[in-house]
Amino acid sequence: MADIELTELSTVYPNGVRAVDELDLSIVDGEFFALLGPSGCGKTTLLRTIAGLEQATSGSVRIGDADVTRVEPGRRGVAMVFQDYALFPHMTVAQNIAYPLRVRRESKQAQREAAESTAAGLGLAGLLERRPGQLSGGQQQRVALARAVAMEASVLLLDEPLSNLDARLRLEARTFLKRLQRELGLTTVFVTHDQAEALALADRIAVMSDGKIRQLGTPKEVFQRPADTFVANFIGSTPMNLLTGSVSDGAVEVAGARLVPPDGLDLAEGTPVVAGIRPEYLRPAAVGITGTVSIVENLGVTSLVTLECADDTLVGLTVAEHEEPAIGTTLTANPDPGRLLLYHGETRELLGAAAVVG
Amino acid sequence: MARDTSGLGTARAVGFIAPALLLIGVFLVFPALWTIYIGLTDYTLTGTASIAPSFIGVDNFLNALDDALFGNALWLTLVFVMGSAVIGQNLLGFTLAWLLRSARPTVRRVVEGLVLLSWILPSVVVAYLWIAVLDRDGGTLNALLGTSGTAWLVEYPMAALIIFNTWRGTAFSMMLYSSALAAVPPSQLETARTVGASGWQTVRDVVFPHIRGHVLTNTLLISLWTANDFTPFLLTAGGPNHESETLPIFIYQQAIASGELGYSAAISFLLLVVNLVVALVYLLLLRKRS
Amino acid sequence: MTPRQVLRRTVYIVFIAVVLAFFAVPLLWLASAPFDSDPGLGLRWPDWTLDNWRITFEHPYALGSLLNSIVLCAVATIVTTALGTLAAYALSRVRIPGRDALLYLLLLLSSVVTGTAAMVPIFVMMFQLGLINSQYATGLVIAGGMLPAAIFILKDFIDSVPRSYEESARVFGASPTQVLLHVVLPIARPGIATILVWAFVQAWGNFLLPFLLLRDVEAQPAAVLLRTLRDEGGSANLTVIPVFSLLYAIPVVALYLFVSKRYGFRFHGGIKA
Repeated sequence: MADIELTELSTVYPNGVRAVDELDLSIVDGEFFALLGPSGCGKTTLLRTIAGLEQATSGSVRIGDADVTRVEPGRRGVAMVFQDYALFPHMTVAQNIAYPLRVRRESKQAQREAAESTAAGLGLAGLLERRPGQLSGGQQQRVALARAVAMEASVLLLDEPLSNLDARLRLEARTFLKRLQRELGLTTVFVTHDQAEALALADRIAVMSDGKIRQLGTPKEVFQRPADTFVANFIGSTPMNLLTGSVSDGAVEVAGARLVPPDGLDLAEGTPVVAGIRPEYLRPAAVGITGTVSIVENLGVTSLVTLECADDTLVGLTVAEHEEPAIGTTLTANPDPGRLLLYHGETRELLGAAAVVG
Repeated sequence: MARDTSGLGTARAVGFIAPALLLIGVFLVFPALWTIYIGLTDYTLTGTASIAPSFIGVDNFLNALDDALFGNALWLTLVFVMGSAVIGQNLLGFTLAWLLRSARPTVRRVVEGLVLLSWILPSVVVAYLWIAVLDRDGGTLNALLGTSGTAWLVEYPMAALIIFNTWRGTAFSMMLYSSALAAVPPSQLETARTVGASGWQTVRDVVFPHIRGHVLTNTLLISLWTANDFTPFLLTAGGPNHESETLPIFIYQQAIASGELGYSAAISFLLLVVNLVVALVYLLLLRKRS
Repeated sequence: MTPRQVLRRTVYIVFIAVVLAFFAVPLLWLASAPFDSDPGLGLRWPDWTLDNWRITFEHPYALGSLLNSIVLCAVATIVTTALGTLAAYALSRVRIPGRDALLYLLLLLSSVVTGTAAMVPIFVMMFQLGLINSQYATGLVIAGGMLPAAIFILKDFIDSVPRSYEESARVFGASPTQVLLHVVLPIARPGIATILVWAFVQAWGNFLLPFLLLRDVEAQPAAVLLRTLRDEGGSANLTVIPVFSLLYAIPVVALYLFVSKRYGFRFHGGIKA
């Protein structure tokens, strides 16, 4: 069990691409940490740099007390599970699980025992003599995890651990993974492009793009107060409403409503701003943003209603199943306190929370 | 990207490659280069020039131009390549590939099996099989044709060699055209059929455009192999009286039988150059196609 | 069926029959003559006697030459496969400057420097080094000729081993040697087996190089002895030659059947030159 400290870490490819760009990050011992971002953002390169499979160009990687920046992958005390599980097809499940011990030349007895106890802990008891090719996707994933656990490393790295499973299995595996990490108390870093997965599993998330961290926070923080419009756009199953406007007379005009900027924030006249509010945080009320109901999409327990507001702006809000409005009616929606966020139109960064007046 | 995924490191990788490269260097690269040097001397197997060979420059090459036997060898090799490879193996290989597509599985297996057998048997054995068939007194060919008393290898050596090499090498062309034909879109073949095209027309208009590249590369490859083939030596040893002395046999006779090492090295060099040109064209065509 | 179709069908059948005969007839001698009490060069239904076999086994050089063949081919095969696998592995995984150029050069070399073209310098080299009649030297020469093609084919096989397997082993602490032995070689086994068999068959059938370099009858492998049998006293030794041909040919056919059954006939341009 160890913490991970990355200081001004950069990994630059031979063709000049800065996959990881002067990144600082501290991962707490025992934490379940997610690296989240679109493809090409550098999250996998970062994971591989921590593992030692990619050589950092500058900066340092510390695992526990040791500076492992130049240390071989096999000597960093990290265990890694790859996206395709990388189970050796010519070895049995037991041999696969015991492989870390075989590398250390431990006795056959010790290997056997480790394989059996680890397998039992992950529900693989009866499968020890099978070959990977004879296992289901979920079983293969657990064998890969068992192998990583058997290594008794201080850090566990997972590269897109759930993406090879079909949708139904993925949700089961998610719960399984969360429970396993809690039991083991192992510092775990996993890479994913699925924001729902990151929100569900992680203790903290680093949202990345272009080799840099855009926001570091708990799932709640990242969901409720995205640090910029990129994160705001990326997080959330239903897209956040991002409404452009500008400052006039000390207030912001968006979609036909006037917004008061947060206290203590002095914005110059004409500053471009973007107002962000999640559909889930808008409620039908007497005062707020007004528009005509144009589309109602059924999402199961809730429905996504699209309002056509002033200046042809579209605003979405979610309503409960029995509150569905009729198409063509006028509806006003008010944001929950503290949930309406203002972003600077140019820097795209969070300025603060706002409120609707009139 | 072939990044160093196995952690070998450049030093170790070079160490892994070095032994193989050493062997290749000593037994392929060095001889190829050395033959230029030997070809510029009058080195012989016995006699004064075997102990103290002297540098004679391009004399060997000039002598070759005047040497009737060399010209003979060149001509015979050309005939051999054209007859047995460019025409023989190519045509027979393609015809078999084409016809067997629609044959019954058992028939196809038997024919392909026999053709392949003729290819994988060692050359010494195959030479004997044909010596037996072509024998004057007891040979099967004479028995079948009723032409008892014809010593085929003596009276028609080149014809015999051409038939022999066609027999021996068709398998490669057949397999190659088989897979090339399998890649022709069936829908196009069926369109030709519904339009009423004959077999020949279908081959000319639908099949050939698809396999044109394959025909060229295949022809180059089998021609290269045939030009360098030493097997005719086992059947006729170049006889009777140089009538079937293709270039490989010529080189051998000059080097070992006559001991003219310098001269035969010069000839070998010429063969290397021809090989090089053909191989380069072949590789360029392959690259262009992919 | 129309007359036209009947004609076409007949032509087709006749053609196939002729082709079958063309390819089968020469082969039949190999099945009949070894068992014939009075073997000739023609085809006869044999008496099914094993006398010729007994005589062959008693021939002073026959079995010895088969042994020579085995030694020679073993040397060539092992050297080719071992050195070829190592080189192919390194070329597949590590980006060395000039790697792609090297690969094309190898391909070029194997086609250009044939036995025929290199016959003179190889002979002179071995002659000057005093290595004529050395089994091991000849084996190395044959290996040298086979290596470029072997490396090319092996690299193809190794390229198809997923890199995540090696990376996984590395993260678990395996040294490069362990990665090679535990992970890469076992998975590349079919490719290595194919090269082993291919190299053996090539070396077994190689006539020119042993003919050139192994002049002493006792050192000659089967390929050369088979020819020497013909020149003995001018007339062919027909009691021994058919049997010996069969003995010499069987391993090749057996190996080919084995490989194609197990791994499928992988067809590479240039695999048998």
